[in-house]
Amino acid sequence: MDFALSPKHEMMKSMFREFAEKEVAPLAAELDEKSEFSWDLFRKMGQIGMFGIPYPREYGGAGADYLTFVLACEEIGHACTSSAMLLNGQNSINSGPIYKHGTEEQKRQYLVPIITGKALGAFCLTEADAGTDASNQQTTAVLDGSEWVIDGTKMFITNAGLADIYIIMATTDNSKGLKGISAFVVGKDTPGLSFGKKENKMGVRASHTAEVILQDCRVPKENLLGKEGEGLKIALQNLDSGRIGVGAISLGIAQAALDESTKYAKERQQFGRPIGANQAIQWMIADMATEIEAARYLVYRAAWLRDQKKAHSKEASMAKLYASELAMRASVKAVQIHGGYGYMKEYKVERLMRDAKVCEIFEGTSEVQRMVISRAALQ
Amino acid sequence: MFVIIEKTHCTGCEACQASCPVGAIEIDGGIATITDKCTCCGACVEECPVQAIKLENENNNIAPAKEAFHLGAYQGVWVFAELRQGTIMNIALELLGEGRKLADTLGVELGAVLIGNKVEPLAQDLFAYGADVVYLVENAELENYRTESYCAALEKLIKTYKPEILLIGATNIGRDLGPRLAGRVRTGLTADCTVLDIDTEKRLLNQTRPAFGGNIMATIICPDTRPQLATVRSGVMKKATPDFNRTGRIIKAIYPPDVKVRTIVRDIVKEAKKIVNLEEAQIIVSGGRGVGGPEGFKLLEEVAARLGAIVGASRGAVDSGWIPSNHQVGQTGKTVHPKLYIACGISGAIQHLAGMQHSSVIVAINKNSSAPIFKIADYGIVGDLFKVLPALLDTLKEITNGNKESSAI
Amino acid sequence: MQIIVCLKQVPNTNEVKFDTKTGTLIRDGVASIINPDDRNALEEAIRLKELKGGTVTAITMGPPQADYALREALAMGADEAILLSDRAFAGADTWATSLTLAQAIKKIGHYDLIFCGRQAIDGDTAQVGPELAEHLDLPQVTYVKKIISMDSDKAVVERALEDGYEVIEVTLPAVLTAVKELNTPRYATTSGIVDAFDVKKITVWGMTQLDIATGLVGLNASPTKVKRTFSPAVKGDVKFLTGSIKETVQTLLKELQAKHVL
Repeated sequence: MDFALSPKHEMMKSMFREFAEKEVAPLAAELDEKSEFSWDLFRKMGQIGMFGIPYPREYGGAGADYLTFVLACEEIGHACTSSAMLLNGQNSINSGPIYKHGTEEQKRQYLVPIITGKALGAFCLTEADAGTDASNQQTTAVLDGSEWVIDGTKMFITNAGLADIYIIMATTDNSKGLKGISAFVVGKDTPGLSFGKKENKMGVRASHTAEVILQDCRVPKENLLGKEGEGLKIALQNLDSGRIGVGAISLGIAQAALDESTKYAKERQQFGRPIGANQAIQWMIADMATEIEAARYLVYRAAWLRDQKKAHSKEASMAKLYASELAMRASVKAVQIHGGYGYMKEYKVERLMRDAKVCEIFEGTSEVQRMVISRAALQ
Repeated sequence: MFVIIEKTHCTGCEACQASCPVGAIEIDGGIATITDKCTCCGACVEECPVQAIKLENENNNIAPAKEAFHLGAYQGVWVFAELRQGTIMNIALELLGEGRKLADTLGVELGAVLIGNKVEPLAQDLFAYGADVVYLVENAELENYRTESYCAALEKLIKTYKPEILLIGATNIGRDLGPRLAGRVRTGLTADCTVLDIDTEKRLLNQTRPAFGGNIMATIICPDTRPQLATVRSGVMKKATPDFNRTGRIIKAIYPPDVKVRTIVRDIVKEAKKIVNLEEAQIIVSGGRGVGGPEGFKLLEEVAARLGAIVGASRGAVDSGWIPSNHQVGQTGKTVHPKLYIACGISGAIQHLAGMQHSSVIVAINKNSSAPIFKIADYGIVGDLFKVLPALLDTLKEITNGNKESSAI
Repeated sequence: MQIIVCLKQVPNTNEVKFDTKTGTLIRDGVASIINPDDRNALEEAIRLKELKGGTVTAITMGPPQADYALREALAMGADEAILLSDRAFAGADTWATSLTLAQAIKKIGHYDLIFCGRQAIDGDTAQVGPELAEHLDLPQVTYVKKIISMDSDKAVVERALEDGYEVIEVTLPAVLTAVKELNTPRYATTSGIVDAFDVKKITVWGMTQLDIATGLVGLNASPTKVKRTFSPAVKGDVKFLTGSIKETVQTLLKELQAKHVL
């Protein structure tokens, strides 16, 4: 048993940290305030190979592993949740379905640009009435000669309108229920594809969220991803790695909350001594520090299991559930430790608290994670 | 090479532990032990009060294979008189001030090395500032500083006249020349010394300098080779009051023929001081709400210009729109670590302190004597910055104008 | 172009803390990094290689752990890496270090350019570059802040001065030392890091491979010795300056002068 990162992983981690500190952190507050997606940051992240971390070299990937991917999510998440979500999406749900189920042609055309940072991807599963119940897809795709005709509206889609490549789930056969859903790849310029207005979110405001609207959107037959009826399987399969990623982002948020808190507790003087001298503060910090260690090993282990090609659905859910709820707890404590200052936008903890909330919701709510975990436990 | 602790001698006094720059010594069961972190620097050896620590070679053979120097043959303290565009640099005069003291302690002459083209008239100034002898090398080849030509000239002088100490300014030129010369004449060099004194018993120059970014001070010696070379930064040593009636000897030396010089100075370009960002500023003059408005910042700018400093500001001043936000120092602004931070009318909110508390020296000027800024300041002036800063400006101007040449500053 | 870059692995002095009780540096948990100026040197070497073709060889002298700094250099884009490591090298001052480096570079044989950083953040001496140039009998240009042109037999560079710069033409091969204005070092890429560990190799040379006498390395060959180390004076409480305003500012300036901050 070995709890230490290898030198290679150490170097990855410090590179990600340096990038996060120098390139991401200085922009985070402003991007949040302006609710702005940074193409410049997107380009820079692509240049150093942050979008194809676990993919092989032949497709422009780094040929590294999931643990490396998790370290990237953690370190970028420490600086800016929105940027970390971008990183997570590009490495998992925006690319995984094409890598696993795409034809060689589709991989060349769509996967390579995404993981080399030349194209932004979007994963379109959620609908107004298909949230946690993803199978309730109202979007339809009908084969018309050599074209699929897609109609429907996707909701809360990250990068909608900005992305170049969309993976879209749609029902192709109503009679087959779960097995009647298929996946498609759709380019941004396809006629019939349009976008709703940008959502005004509580947190992760530098991540762009909007509706994807498909009206008589026609794509060639070859744009079917995988086999007909495999759509839900394709979507759910890739959720696991996305969940580990969200767990890692949450870990970054929690660590940032702790780092800000310890710094403040040492500096802030009240009654003639630093507030860190008070047990009330010490206990909050002790709990945060302990839980962060626990979360870190859940997240790292889930990634490790995946690298070992072992079953990891339950562990991915555990990592996501525990780390995201910790991010929330820790950021609330961090705001409390900061007192009035913590409630002001000038301090990072205010943003951390808003950002943390989404981690309990997207890529499967905490409730869904508990369903997955309990199902495995009660088996 | 490794460090040995004579366990029978060691008293566990921990003196060595405190001396170790890398924390490689642990006291285990009352006896010092050396851990893997040891770099064999030998700092602990001198420190041990009971001589229980020895530096040993793998084969127990401590025989420095260096070329044997006849130490006794080397006498005199020299200073390299650096010129720029035919003018003596201030640092050279400062080094003469320090060199004079060292020479007097050793009972030897103070020499100044003057290298250039048609520079003989400058010798008089060197005498005025304390030199007994000026070693002069003049040649058209020496018009501008070039590593190889100057190194060759100095090498010849050293081999002929054998000084025991040579001080060089730690300028961009001195730090180019010093190590090249050290390599050439096979002797040691200590860079950026802040204190120099003589160990009279061993007739050695103690060269003290900061290391690890100023976290630690080290005293370096050069026991077996000569000359003992040291560079010193400008502003560290004090120049003597000049005596323009003082005279001395000029020894003219020949610039050796056939010196291999493989560089050509194509151009020397002077630049106006660039706008340095706050993070890199050496001196920051910073203002808070007490500055009162944009007009007040003009005063700060004047002081800053005089000191070669950058103007900083607290969040309060920035939020009031008195100065752009790229000047803000603090948690939500820049984190700075200058050698001097002058806080004017800044009360010292935690968020400001977070950005500047690691400044080497902090001066606070504030009307309120209980302002938190004074808790982390080194120097405090309780008063109105609109009275203090103009007085500061006046005094600085007086110094520059030389009206107060003999004042202590 | 065959370019050699000399690197030093240093503790990140920004993280080094001082234990005021024992008077020693706390280096536990402090990350070791490639010395910042050396990273500029490496970056410039890699850029020149990308422009002109050739190879970049990174070389360092240090304990076995310095392997990590070389891996980082490989991850950034160096082609070869050589670690000079031997217990006999320990305790070397700049003179001995530069001599050992010179010996290794002679063994490498062919090179057009040798790049060093101006100085290392742990020692701040700026001596190894010029001493190396002397040992190899090469011309040197220190404080290089810009490369104007680079041909096979000569280079034109800008050398930073306190109040400007010199434009210097130097014949090659030469030793150049880089300052941070020279460039902004790149981040290692993820694939670069994978290759640095899984594909590229590091050559290790000790006394045997360098064929150098014991008297010429390490402490034996070092003309300078550390006599003692001590902690700088600890910051005291605030000193309030009083008197007339004129007296106050005069005292202040005297004090600041004495502390060498003015």
